[in-house]
Amino acid sequence: MLFLILGAASCAAPFLSLAANRIVVGEGVALWRAAPVQHSAPALFLLGLGLLLGLLQSRPVLRVAGAVLSLAGLFWLLSMGAAALLADAGRYARVSPAAGFWCLLVICALLLADALSQLQPGPRTRAAALALTLLCVAGLLKAGLLSDLSIAQEFAPRKAAVLDAFIRHLWLAFGSLGLAALIGLPLGVLCHRHSRLREALLPLLSFLQTIPSLAMFGIMIPLLGWIGTQFPAAQAIGIAGIGFAPAFLALVLYSLLPVVANTVAGLESIPPAVRDAARGIGMTTWQRLFRIEIPLGLPVILTGLRIVLVQNTGLAVIAGLIGGGGFGTFVFQGLNQTATDLILLGALPTVALAMVAAIVMDILIEITQPQRGSET
Amino acid sequence: MIEIDGLSKFYDNKAAVDAVSMTVETGTITVIVGTSGSGKTTLLRMINRLETADAGEVRIHGEATDSLAPHLLRRRIGYAIQGHGLFPHYTIARNIGAVPALLGWPEDQIRARVDELLSLFSMEPAQFRDRYPAELSGGQQQRVGVARALASRPDLLLMDEPFGALDPIIRARAQDDLRRIQRALGSTILLVTHDMEEAIRLGDRIAVMDGGRLVQHGSPTGIIRNPATGFVAEMVGGVERPLRLLSLLPVADIVEPGTAPGEAIAPTTNLRDALALCLWSGRDALPVQTDDGRAARVTLKAIRAQAQGPG
Ligand SMILES: Nc1ncnc2c1ncn2[C@@H]1O[C@H](COP(=O)(O)OP(=O)(O)O)[C@@H](O)[C@H]1O
Ligand SMILES: [Mg+2]
Repeated sequence: MLFLILGAASCAAPFLSLAANRIVVGEGVALWRAAPVQHSAPALFLLGLGLLLGLLQSRPVLRVAGAVLSLAGLFWLLSMGAAALLADAGRYARVSPAAGFWCLLVICALLLADALSQLQPGPRTRAAALALTLLCVAGLLKAGLLSDLSIAQEFAPRKAAVLDAFIRHLWLAFGSLGLAALIGLPLGVLCHRHSRLREALLPLLSFLQTIPSLAMFGIMIPLLGWIGTQFPAAQAIGIAGIGFAPAFLALVLYSLLPVVANTVAGLESIPPAVRDAARGIGMTTWQRLFRIEIPLGLPVILTGLRIVLVQNTGLAVIAGLIGGGGFGTFVFQGLNQTATDLILLGALPTVALAMVAAIVMDILIEITQPQRGSET
Repeated sequence: MIEIDGLSKFYDNKAAVDAVSMTVETGTITVIVGTSGSGKTTLLRMINRLETADAGEVRIHGEATDSLAPHLLRRRIGYAIQGHGLFPHYTIARNIGAVPALLGWPEDQIRARVDELLSLFSMEPAQFRDRYPAELSGGQQQRVGVARALASRPDLLLMDEPFGALDPIIRARAQDDLRRIQRALGSTILLVTHDMEEAIRLGDRIAVMDGGRLVQHGSPTGIIRNPATGFVAEMVGGVERPLRLLSLLPVADIVEPGTAPGEAIAPTTNLRDALALCLWSGRDALPVQTDDGRAARVTLKAIRAQAQGPG
C-alpha cells in the first residue's frame, strides 16, 4: 500500500529535466508528457501494472515480477523520453532524470528487495539474481538506450578516464581492505590471545576511527610528504604527500578497527566447550587456530571485512580531493564546475560498487555459516 | 596403571586440589565424586595437563606425563566433557575421527573405526556419519562426544560429568552403554560426577573428594559400609544407604538350597531388585535359577542381613 501511495505522489513530481546546457538549472517535465504518447502509454501501463502486482502481499513471486515490470517500464520511459525531448531541443541541451524518476526508481527497487527477501532465496539464487541484474544494467548501457541522458553525455568523452578511475577506485577500496586484512587478522588473533595487547590496541584503533576523513588526509599529506622527500627510495615507489599513497594509507588505518575488532569478536564467539575440547584432544595452537577458531569465527570476521569494504568504497571518493584518483575525481571536478551530471558520474558508480560489494559479502557470510545453526 | 602422586593446584594461595594421590588399575572405572567446587575438574585437567600442576606428578604405565609435549600427551588420553564440545562445523564422522586424524591414521582405517564406534553406541553409521552435531539429540551428541574420546584407543579416558545434561532415563541408558563398552574394550576410565548414585552404578572404585582433598578411595561397598568421614556418610545418603548397598550385590552371593513359590529369578539379579520383588508379591523367599537344576532360593531374612549396617 505504502508503495502505491508513494508511487502516486512521485508521479506528480517532474520526471525528467531539460536544460539548455550542462550548467544551468533544468526545467521539469512531467511524467505523462515525457515521451510521445505511443511510447509513454505502454510504459506507464507497465509501470502501473507492476506496482499493482507489488501489492499482492501473499504472492512474492508475482511481486518480484511486478517489480521487474515496473523497472522495465520506468527505464523505457526514461530512454524514450530523453530521446524525444532532445530531438526538439537545442544543440547543447541536456536531459537528466529528475526527482520523479529517482523516487519511482527507489520505490521499484525497494519493492524488488522486499519481494526478494520475502522469497528467502538461498545464497546461490541471490548470486544468480545479482549476476542477472548486472547483466541487465550492462545490456541497457551497451545498447545505448540511455545514451541520450546527460550523464551518458558526460561519460562519452571521458570513457578512458572513467575506466581508469574505476580501476583506481577498486585499488583504493579493495587494496586497502587487503592490506588491512593482512595486518588486522593476525593482530586480531594476537589480541584474542593476549588481553593486555587488546586493552592497549583497540582504544587506539577506535581513536583512529574517530578522526574525520578530511583531517586524516590532512595529517597524511605532510607526513608522507616528509617521508617522500627524506627517502628517495620511498618516493620512487610513489610515496608522496598527495596522490594515491596518502589516500590508500588513510583507508588502511580506518579499516583496522573493524577488522581487528571483528576478528576478536569472531574468535570469542566460539563456545568454551568447543575450545576446550580442541585443546583436550591434542590439537596444537596452530591446528586450533586454522581448523577450529578461524572457521567458526569466519562469519563474524567476514562481517568486519564487509563493513570495511562498503566503508572504503565510499571513503575512497574523498581520495579524489588529494589527487588519489578514483570516482572521487569526477565528484570534485563536478563540484568545481557545478555540473551535477559530472558529480553523478562519480557518485552513481560508487554507490553501485558499494551495493554490489555488500551483496557479495553477505552471500559469502551466509555460505560460511556453520551447518544448521550453532552448538547447543 | 595410572599413578597420581601428590598432585596439588593452588588458586590465589588456596588449594583447589590438595596433595591427591591414588592409583587407577588398568581396565577399571574409577569415579571421582564430590560436591561442586571440591576440585574434581581441576584434578582431571591436571592429568592431561590442561592445567599445570603446582606439585606432584602423574605416571601412565610408569612414564611421567610431563616427559611428553602436552598436545602429544593429550592425543593418548581421551577427554570427554559435559556439554560434549563437539565441533559444530565437522560432521559426526570427522568429529569422532579427529584424534586418529591428528595421529595420522590412514583414511580407511579412520573410517572403519568411526563406523565401529557408531555401531557400538547403537547409532546406525550410514544414518549418522554425515550429519552435523546440531542435527542430533542431546543424548546422541553426548554419545558422539564419548566416541570421539575413545576413537584412538587411548591408554586412559577422562570424563568430566559426561551425563550431567541428560534426563534420568537417557542418563541411565548412557551409563549402561558406557559400562558395557568399557567391559568390551577393556578401557581405563576416570570419571568425574557429583552424583553418588552414578558413582555407585559405574565405579569399580570410588574416590570421594572434599575441599580439594581425597577423603576416601575404595570399592563402592566399602565406601557405603564404612564411610571414612561424616561427609562421605552424608554423600552415600542416610536413608538410602542400605538400598544402595543391596543394589551392588548379586543374588548369587547369598543363595541357599531350598524351595520357594513363584518364577525363578536369575542369580545375577541384584538384591535391591530381589527385595522389591519380595515386598511387591508378599513372599518371604524367591526361587533362583541354577545350572544343575537343584532347587535354590534367596530369603528376605538373608537379604535383610546384607543390608544391615555395622553396630
Ligand atoms: N581458573 C580458576 N581460577 C581460580 N579459581 C579456580 C579456577 N578453576 C577452579 N577454581 C576454583 O577451584 C576450586 C575447584 O574447582 P573445580 O575443580 O572446578 O571443582 P569441581 O569440578 O569439583 O566442581 C573451586 O573453588 C573453584 O572456584
Ligand atoms: Mg567440575
